[in-house]
Amino acid sequence: MTQEELLSKLKTIVEPYVQNQEEFQKLSGDTDFINDLDINSANLVDVILDVEDEFGIEIDNDGMEKMLTVSASIDVILEKLAAK
Amino acid sequence: MLQEEIIKKLPYDAPFLFVDNIIHVSEDCIKGDYTLKQSEYFYKGHFRDNPITPGVILTEIMAQIGVACLGIFLFRNELDNQTIGVAMSNTNIDFYKPVLPSEKVFVVSEKEYFRFNKLKCKVSMYNEKDVVVAKGTISGMVKPWNA
Repeated sequence: MTQEELLSKLKTIVEPYVQNQEEFQKLSGDTDFINDLDINSANLVDVILDVEDEFGIEIDNDGMEKMLTVSASIDVILEKLAAK
Repeated sequence: MLQEEIIKKLPYDAPFLFVDNIIHVSEDCIKGDYTLKQSEYFYKGHFRDNPITPGVILTEIMAQIGVACLGIFLFRNELDNQTIGVAMSNTNIDFYKPVLPSEKVFVVSEKEYFRFNKLKCKVSMYNEKDVVVAKGTISGMVKPWNA
């Protein structure tokens, strides 16, 4: 899976929980789920659970704590995919 | 963990404590009850001269038994003198029957998942005739908290 495909899948997962559409339109690696997209902590858990289903991976507490931005999430997902 | 201990750990107090008994609790589900008192503060205004339990209060009863009490049980090995902090994050409840003053209601809650401190449950409320009063899902963030 290329980086672009992964990003596109992640955007689809995140979109239903986004409160700040303007920030979502200009999404980049630095975009922070909570501070930029105004996703609440409960919905961030849903993002993680959806990521697990989509990619067939399991995210542990350490992974979850890292997944605050788009690029950090991609790193965690790639790491878990590589470990599969 | 004793069922009375769960209630003692709840962070609520009168007039906003809505749990009388925990009847059953396990890792996956909980059952409890609450009897609405004639004197509950909200009957004075809901409705004028026609007291009926507000849907938000039924939701609160379901959340206190179904999510907060179950959350305390799930954290039972991590709580010493701590209580828990609870923040309701989502509710989706349908209401079927009115609940009047002095009625006793039973809440049954089944855990859908408990991940990263988020507890999501399927929750149903029954009256004393075992008829469904309300039903739906409630989610909340739950974690140990130093009061």
